[in-house]
Amino acid sequence: MRMKILALAAAALFGLAGSVSAQVKIGFITTLSTPAGYLGEDARDGFMLAASEEGGKLGGVPVQVLVQDDKLNPADGKQIAEKWAESEHVKLFSGMIFSNVAAAVVPQLMEGGAIYVSPNAGPSNFAGKDCKPNYYVASWQNDNLHESAGALAKKLGFKKMVLLAPNYQAGKDAITGFKRTYGGEVIDEIYTSLDQLDFSTEIARIRAAKPDAVFQFHPGGQGIAFLKQWAQSGLKDQIKMVVASPSLEQKIVSAVGDAALGIYVTSHWNTDFANDANKAFVKGFTAKYGREPTVYASQGYDTAKLIGAALKATGGKLDADAFRAAMMKADAKLTRGKFLFNRNRHPIQDWYQLEAVKGADGKVKLQTVGKVLENLADAYAQDCKL
Amino acid sequence: MQLFFEQSLNGLQFSLTLFLLAAGLTLVFGIMDVINLAHGSLYMVGAYAGALVAQRFGSFWIALPAALIVTALVGMLLERVIMRHLYGRDHLAQVLATFGLILFFNGFVTWVAGRSPLLMDIPPQLGGYIEIIPGVPYPMYRLMIIVLGIAVALGLWWLVAATRIGMLIRASSERREIVSALGMDVTKIFALVFALGAILAGLAGVVIGPIRSVQIGMGEQVLITAFVVIVVGGIGSIRGAFIGSLLIGMCDTLGRAYAPLFFKTQFSGQVADGLGATTASFLIYLLMALVLIVRPRGLFPSGR
Amino acid sequence: MMFSPTPRKLAALAIILVLLAVPFWAAASGSNYVVTFASRIVIYAMVCVSLQSIVGQAGLVSFGHSLYFGLGGYVVALASFHLGEGIPLLGWSGSNEALVVWPLAMAVCAFAALIFGALSLRTTGVYFIMITLAFAQMVFFIFVGLKFYGGTDGLPLNARNLFAGQRIVDPVTFYGICVACLGLVMLFCWRLSRSRFGLVLRGAAASERRTLSLGFPVYAYRLAACVMAGAMGGLAGALWANLNRFVSPDMLSWLRSGEFLVIIVLGGLSSPFGPIVGAAAVLIIESVLSGWTDRWEVIFGPFIVLVALFAPNGLWGLLRSRRS
Repeated sequence: MRMKILALAAAALFGLAGSVSAQVKIGFITTLSTPAGYLGEDARDGFMLAASEEGGKLGGVPVQVLVQDDKLNPADGKQIAEKWAESEHVKLFSGMIFSNVAAAVVPQLMEGGAIYVSPNAGPSNFAGKDCKPNYYVASWQNDNLHESAGALAKKLGFKKMVLLAPNYQAGKDAITGFKRTYGGEVIDEIYTSLDQLDFSTEIARIRAAKPDAVFQFHPGGQGIAFLKQWAQSGLKDQIKMVVASPSLEQKIVSAVGDAALGIYVTSHWNTDFANDANKAFVKGFTAKYGREPTVYASQGYDTAKLIGAALKATGGKLDADAFRAAMMKADAKLTRGKFLFNRNRHPIQDWYQLEAVKGADGKVKLQTVGKVLENLADAYAQDCKL
Repeated sequence: MQLFFEQSLNGLQFSLTLFLLAAGLTLVFGIMDVINLAHGSLYMVGAYAGALVAQRFGSFWIALPAALIVTALVGMLLERVIMRHLYGRDHLAQVLATFGLILFFNGFVTWVAGRSPLLMDIPPQLGGYIEIIPGVPYPMYRLMIIVLGIAVALGLWWLVAATRIGMLIRASSERREIVSALGMDVTKIFALVFALGAILAGLAGVVIGPIRSVQIGMGEQVLITAFVVIVVGGIGSIRGAFIGSLLIGMCDTLGRAYAPLFFKTQFSGQVADGLGATTASFLIYLLMALVLIVRPRGLFPSGR
Repeated sequence: MMFSPTPRKLAALAIILVLLAVPFWAAASGSNYVVTFASRIVIYAMVCVSLQSIVGQAGLVSFGHSLYFGLGGYVVALASFHLGEGIPLLGWSGSNEALVVWPLAMAVCAFAALIFGALSLRTTGVYFIMITLAFAQMVFFIFVGLKFYGGTDGLPLNARNLFAGQRIVDPVTFYGICVACLGLVMLFCWRLSRSRFGLVLRGAAASERRTLSLGFPVYAYRLAACVMAGAMGGLAGALWANLNRFVSPDMLSWLRSGEFLVIIVLGGLSSPFGPIVGAAAVLIIESVLSGWTDRWEVIFGPFIVLVALFAPNGLWGLLRSRRS
């Protein structure tokens, strides 16, 4: 009881100072457990790096970041969002990695008048006619990832391909997105299950189908398993592979090593981008966490930078209109370089071709080769009436 | 036909991996009457121990024995500290305790090794592939697993059928009182069997490590399938576990391979893929339910 | 009847008072989160009471109770989905009325329990545990495969069901409905356990042969128990779908069934208050620990093990039934 009175007195004393630089609470709902836990971990660490660079501030405004694990479960995500909105009065959210979690949680956040900035998932649900004024995606619209891979496959001249993806919404989006730009013949589409780790039956099917190349979408641990088994099957030297960055990011490359060599990858970011923001990020991340950042870490960092820019412009106020206007300017130095928000609050950005090569130290790493698509916007923006 | 043969090899390899897990599970279950949900955690521990040692020393051949030793030690510790208190308790208490253990192991391994899936390389000697069927190169490593699985099955069969320890194991599974009456220490036999089960689970984990990714939660997924195997085979029976593994492994693999193709001839694109994936996933449960409806105690019910 | 205050009676009274006090607590703290969280505990307690009604007295350990929880939820979600999309389902246009769809959810689950129970009850012991798991897994994979209803990604509900034509927006009202349903379910189970029905089930669990020889059709009694447990589990699922306004195959997963078993064993099998204690313990500890550290499993796991080893009658069993 005495503590409470003391706290009240302190609050009264410092009330004035408090309101000038009021702390902004940011709710970071992300996936930390499950085999895909490292995706959320990296996004979180990237986000936190940006805040710690400024000593606990973003855009000069003190922030308190609440982090909790959604366990890759939409119902858990909804519960966390509800808890923070109700009992912590959080108005600004970020963090969700998986589209199925985002698809369930975002409508609830929007109903409550909160702002959401996505560091990863960009499902088609909120990109078209159901776009929302308070919903921003700092990463990419899901389809864009795979459209860039499709464009690369077309450019490389593959005629017959087999496509594989897990049997859920993002997996189907991947195949749809890929086909939108690829244009060649798809001789087989294979849907794997979401928790599958042994792909020998699928690889046998690919062998029998004899395509020029394979496109597959398996993020995290699944991607590691797939690539290892692909290399072991002996098909790697006969059939090419094209993927988008979630299926072969920095972590997967270091996990599979030589099995990554020769795979074509598309991404909007890579460790070797030469802009200053990226150099500082890669250096800072490696120094702070003792590991190489992945694309998820860069997205977390960029998300924090975008939020910081908006907070700076509004002086830490989350008033809807001012904050929106500031957000839309995207006045921040991002690790990926050029970045614009489309009217549906999804990015317009460039996509690059990467290749896994052996570095001087014998380690395999991703190297940027060139641009695949410039100023790519998503196909849904035209239906957005904002 | 080539494809069918290749898929059968895949099925065989999966079956024998399952057998490594199911053998330990069925022994522990059959002999001590303990439902050990944490058996999958031992598999995970084996895989992680192997992967961590392989990372440190860069050799699978050091990682393999190290993983076996680690899982044996963890298994013995587990038996001494917790399992021993669960003998003779009802199944519910066992489910509760071992469910708690799953949580603990998942949390603990995350703590020690981080959340990222771990890397484990195939030993270079087994990195290639052999064309045992013309035109179908098959990974040597997977063949090694098949050979290993068969060897372990034969070894276990010999152990249980032809040795003194095996006789005691069989005896304590069927007539515990008599074994104690003969002056044998049942607790020692139990500890031995549990350690053996742990080693087999660890072996499964460490050999599967280079193929799949070594990750948190890898145990639960395969645990349920292993339970299906021992229930289909009949609890407590090594032979049942072997036949059950083959049935379930083949059914799962061939279902995955052919169900989508079958539905493609019946329905259009996406519907067919959805149906195919669904059917493949639930085929093994359907098989188990059918077996239990026809033979309520599994295919090879043990003595008790 | 004289009220003699034993620790258990006092605890039961305390639980009832806490359940009733939650809305006032929420009003005092100005946050509805407490109510929502309490609703979650109440619904979990309900599904666990229904599971306990077969595990506790009939000794039938079902490892597939998530089947009814999920199926009940999906009935509600599908009825609302078909109404919203304007696509009739088997000639029925769907409904959003709780008084229609909740009993429907119970009926569907009762029917499912009749079929699955009839087949499962051919087995006993561990085989019963596994066959119930098998059926739950089959239904799980069926919903995973139903792309039209969202597959793995689940299916959101546009709004909560209407209750007798009234919208239930206020979390406190919804909480009240949940508590009322829990009360009815507990009362029903308690009455049942005191009746001849309960006596026969307990008798059969102790000695099937003796009960059979007394002339009771044990199989039919057990099947009836399964059907009732399924229906009550379905009601809990329907409420859960309304609480979250979202259903997904996750409601049907075997881990969920495992969680329910853990809750009833943790809480204690001897009293219908056990599941409430268990559900509250699991949800509160999980929520507190996971908010505090992301390594919460390292603490929570051993806690469960300790309860299993040293409190054979669960947390409720720690309370002595009479004053010593």
